[in-house]
Amino acid sequence: MRDADLGRRLEELRARYPAAQPDVMVEVVRAVLSTMHGDLSAPQASLLSEVEELGRTIATAKAEIAALKVDDITASHIPSATDELDAIVAHTAAATDSILEVCETLDRVGEALAKDAGAPVGAAAAAQLQDATTRIYEACSFQDITGQRITKVVATLQAIEAKVACMLATFGERGAGIERPAPAEEMLLNGPQLPANAMDQTDIDKLLASFD
Amino acid sequence: MAIDKSMNVLIVDDYKTMLRIIRNLLKQIEFHNVEEATDGAEALAKLRGGNFGLVISDWNMQPMTGLQLLQEVRADGKLKATPFIMITAESKAENVVAAKQAGVSNYIVKPFNAETLRDKIEKVLGHA
Repeated sequence: MRDADLGRRLEELRARYPAAQPDVMVEVVRAVLSTMHGDLSAPQASLLSEVEELGRTIATAKAEIAALKVDDITASHIPSATDELDAIVAHTAAATDSILEVCETLDRVGEALAKDAGAPVGAAAAAQLQDATTRIYEACSFQDITGQRITKVVATLQAIEAKVACMLATFGERGAGIERPAPAEEMLLNGPQLPANAMDQTDIDKLLASFD
Repeated sequence: MAIDKSMNVLIVDDYKTMLRIIRNLLKQIEFHNVEEATDGAEALAKLRGGNFGLVISDWNMQPMTGLQLLQEVRADGKLKATPFIMITAESKAENVVAAKQAGVSNYIVKPFNAETLRDKIEKVLGHA
């Protein structure tokens, strides 16, 4: 086959497939090759083979990017991390409010005791002091909950980092594997739920009672 | 049924702050014999070497989770009847169901207050 014929056939195929996709390109190249069997010179065959390989590479890259579910970053990872950070801000603010309220109570008890410095501490003042320390203990549990939420945010950032690394590997070194962190749910380690989704103690008591 | 508040209580949590909070809340409700463990393996060793009337454990610990600790306790002939309360931020129904199926005595979701802790301990030890 002469170069003019090859050019004409390629033009025909291009006209037939104006918005050719990579997999369609592969098909087209195969079609061209099959019709030109025996007519190609060695350099032409080599060139067409390169084109066919390029089409396959693009199709594979598309499939790999789709498998990475990059859309999850904006659809799931970022909103989830944002919600966790919002919950951390709300919880630390609530804990701080509780502790400050208790401090104000302690101030008032202290002032009352100072006025009656010679008198023994009354039962009411002692109860107020005990209640104040209990509330401080309760409020301090925010450190545990917010710590677990921060751990979830860090895991989310690591998941995003892994996806970006996989994308770079896809466009850089071929053949790099797609690695994803094992889901924590496998060990039922879900961590704290967002306040809007969480079961409270009453719900849990009802669920436990349903087993009796 | 009167509760023996002189019993040994083992509290298990990998957050030192939480151990301190629970220990102090227990002290306020007059449980003074409290020991601590920061992971499941340490807890099991203490349970097997001591005489504890109650275990209060977190769930989210590594490498042995609170659920795995509970399963180990229930599988141990000497320890299997020990009351076991889970205090955890894990509040999904699947967690509660898994804990119940593993034999948990009661379940407290974080953040909790002193009254809830007292109430659950009284319920568990009242039935023990």
